[in-house]
Parts: sequence; structure tokens; C-alpha cells
Amino acid sequence: MPALVIAEHDGRTLHRATLHTVGAASACACGIHMLVAGHDCAGVAAEAARVAGVSRVLHADAEHLGDGVAENLAPQIVALAGRYSHILAPASAFGRNVLPRVAALLDVVQISDIIDVLAPDTFRRPIYAGSAVATVRGLDAVQVITVRGSAFEPAAASGAHADIERVTVTADSGLTQLLERDMDGGERPELGSARVVVSGGRGLGSRENFESLLGPLAKSLGAALGASRAAVDAGYAPNEWQVGQTGRIVAPQVYVAVGISGAIQHLAGMKDSKLIVAINQDADAPIFGVADFGLVADLFDVVPALGGSFASPA
Amino acid sequence: MKVLVAVKRVADSNVKVRVRDDESGVELAGVRMGINPFDEVAVEQAVRWKEQGVATEVVCVTCGAAACGDALRTAMAMGADRGVLVETDLGFDLLPLHVAKLLLAVIRREQAQLVLLGKQAVDDDCNQTGQMLAALLGWPQATFASGVEIAGGRARVRREIDGGSETLSMPLPAVITADLRLNEPRYVTLPNLMKARKKALATLRPAELGVELSEHLQTLRVTEPAPRAEGVRVADAAALIDVLKAELAR
Repeated sequence: MPALVIAEHDGRTLHRATLHTVGAASACACGIHMLVAGHDCAGVAAEAARVAGVSRVLHADAEHLGDGVAENLAPQIVALAGRYSHILAPASAFGRNVLPRVAALLDVVQISDIIDVLAPDTFRRPIYAGSAVATVRGLDAVQVITVRGSAFEPAAASGAHADIERVTVTADSGLTQLLERDMDGGERPELGSARVVVSGGRGLGSRENFESLLGPLAKSLGAALGASRAAVDAGYAPNEWQVGQTGRIVAPQVYVAVGISGAIQHLAGMKDSKLIVAINQDADAPIFGVADFGLVADLFDVVPALGGSFASPA
Repeated sequence: MKVLVAVKRVADSNVKVRVRDDESGVELAGVRMGINPFDEVAVEQAVRWKEQGVATEVVCVTCGAAACGDALRTAMAMGADRGVLVETDLGFDLLPLHVAKLLLAVIRREQAQLVLLGKQAVDDDCNQTGQMLAALLGWPQATFASGVEIAGGRARVRREIDGGSETLSMPLPAVITADLRLNEPRYVTLPNLMKARKKALATLRPAELGVELSEHLQTLRVTEPAPRAEGVRVADAAALIDVLKAELAR
């Protein structure tokens, strides 16, 4: 039986996390179908049909599917589940919200945040904020899985010509309404998909310093801004920038940690980055334990120098 | 409105746990245990509603071994009215699906109108129980909540999503899972901990709730994560610039 990947999208384009999920699905099953559920999202379905490895796109289109509300999406997925050995979604806020609801309706467990597929029923996943890794075997007939995107190579966004099948839409639950959505828009790349992340900690000392020091550095590196929980709690940065066990888990090509001591829960969110650079005044800060390159120095001296040497976005 | 809060007893999140030599799990013997930080936020929210007259009663529930009753004592010291321990001894891992089924039975008994939980437990990092419970109840769900207002039989919930936030409106009864930003939990004081000892704590068995649980997942082994190669210290900003330029040129 094939695997079903639940597409994450905004109604216009496929979220990149979906491609990583396809990458994981290809290790689980032979054959991948993708569900694109939404409203007026034929463009996304067409995009999904081009993703390498996808042989069929199931397109469910209705107004009540437009907001990605779990109460409407979960029954739609359950209605299609019988044909599949695996159901996978990104371990993003979207996947984490919807997929456990699907698993419970199917009376099966969910295996969260997998980082490796050892066999079609056996997976590795981090526990205790990444302090340990569990190898688990799912015993259910259908494996319901969320995928940590950074652990899997993305499928190519083009190359396939999958059939698009319009599927019967399940009923509106009528339970939950989306009133508004505020996205942290702007010129910076999105934290979860940025090639470079510049993150600040409590060492920045104030919201003003955070913005005036890290803003220009991020701009010159073409980076997304992140923050430690300590910096968020202190009000220096908004919560959606939080990197860590309790925030976002990122693994960019370059992670620059500025004034971050490196609490376990923060390391959990960034220690799989390809190159980690840390700047901290405290030579004993745990962040240096995961940094490839560390500089013990006053960030207020170093950061302007760094920013100045990268004139245009890299 | 009766509010039910589910809590979990976990290893203190500031303690770095160690994997057992035989790879059977992490070593919890001698590790300081406490209430899951996200659940603490959920308890705080429920207690505030009690203080504001929005909630009439706050019942805290946990599932697991007898020792998990400690988490209920903490929740009651924070202000929950009474506790329910569903004592399990399964011979296999107690998973979010199991907990959701047990909570479902407790909620039916208690006739609660709102269920609050933490968005995830910091031991297994599953982030499932609230969503599963909402599914089994057929109730709406608001996960990762950073703000909740209750009025006119509805909940208006601001929730954290990747790259921003959104606001949902849903009818009660509902299940809400708490993000850390929802509030700052109060400290538990010794007098309140003493008072909590006098509060009612009922112990139930899954069989008494009419719930039968089966094994769905096996943990084959637990290992240390792959270590990162040792890093180097550079002397100054110029050296760091060279490193970054080399990497970004790839």
C-alpha cells in the first residue's frame, strides 16, 4: 500500500516542509499519494502533482477546508485513510495540530517528530528535548507519523506528472471558526526554512539592542531572526522567533547564536544546524559545547563588525 | 463551568537526563521530578478562572503510577480543588492515545465543560494528548494557546502557529492546550502545599472507568544522540567573518 502525505500549504503554494515529508515517506512505502485539502487550491494541487515521487494527488476543495481547521481536516483525512499504510505530515504547528486528531479517530497511535526511518514500521525520534533518541516500532495497521523536516532530504519540487483526483469532501464540523491570522511578514526569510538564522539571547540586554544589533546583521546575511526562550521571556523578541524545545526546531545551514548561554531546551531546537557559530562573553557557556566556531567576546563589539563585513545579502 | 486540567509528572526539564547503559530508557532514579511545565501553565489558567468566577470547580487529573499523585498535589497547591489519579500498571508504555482514552472516561464522569492541558510533555515530546482527547470527545480543539477568553458559551483563543499567530472562536465544551506564553504560573508556597494535602485525591483504576488499553508501540531502545564534532575557538571577529564567508560561499 502507498503512503499518504498531507500537504501543508497556504492556499497558494506548497510549504517546503511538505517536500521533506515526501522525502521521509519515500523511505516508508512504495508509492506516495498527497492530499491537498483547502479552498480554491487547484494551483497547489498542480504544484503537488509535480513533486518527485508523488504518483497521485487527492484534491479536496471546499470552503470549510480553507482555514486548515483540524476539526474539518481530520475527518477528511480519516475518510481516505483506509487505502494507506502510512499517513505523514510535517511536524510543524500544522501537522502537530491535525495529525493526532486523525490518529485518535483511527484508534491508532501517532509517532511524533521522526528523524529516521529504519524499517516501514520502525523509526527513530528524539525525546527529552533531544537528550536521547528512542527507536520505536509501531504495531498499528496504519502508521500515523509527523516528520522533522530538517532530518530528511526534500523531494525535488518538479519532475513528476501525477494524476490529480478530486475527492469527495467530508462535511463541515461547524465547530471552530478562524477569526484572524497574523503572520510575522516582512522582508526576512521565514525562520523554519531560512538558510541562515541569527539568534539572540538575554545577553542582548534589551529589545532595542536586539533589534538594532541583530536586525542589520540578519539583513546583511539574508537571515531569519531567532531568539532563546530567555530573550522571549524578557520581552526582547516575539514568541514566534523562539527556537528550542518549546518553540521552533530549526536546522539551517548556518546558525549564529549571539548572547545565548545554551540551555538544554534551546540546544534542542538548533543543534542539528549544519554550522553553528556562537558569540558569548562567558567562556563556560554551554552553547560552546555545540558550536563549531566559538568566539568569547563582548557581542556589542563583535556584532557590528560582523554586520559591516557582509554588505549585501549572501 | 467545571474545568478539568490534565497534568503529567516528568523529570525536571532543567536536568539533563542520562541514557541507561542497557539502552532500555533514560535513568530516572534519583532525578528530580515535577509537574510538566506546560501543564503548570494550564493549571494556572484554570485557577485564575476559578478566582475570577469563570470556573466553578477545577479538577486535576493524571494517569500513571502512584507516584504521579505528586503532580496532583502540586496542582492542588496552586489552587485546583481536587485531584483524580488514574493508576495504571500496563506492562507497556503509557502513550498519549491511552491517556486520552482514560481522560475521556474521567470527563464523562465529571461532566466537565472545558479541558485544559499542556501542549506537550517535556519527556516524550509527543504533543498529542489534547488533540486526541478532543477527537474522542468530538469537541473542538485549540492547541498551543497563548490567550483565552471565555464568554457566552464560547472560547476565543489566540494560538501560536509557525511564523505568527491566529485567533479561533469555538463553542464550549472544548479542549485547549497551553503554550508557555499563556501565563506565568505562580510559585507553590509551603502553606499551600500543606493545605493541598487536605484536598480530596481519588484513585481510580482503568477497569473502574471501563477502559481497556492495548499495546500499540514498542520502544526498542533509547540511545544518546550522535555527538557533534568538537568545535574550535576563534580569536576575533575577523576569524569568524572568514568562517561565515567560506560557509556561505558553498
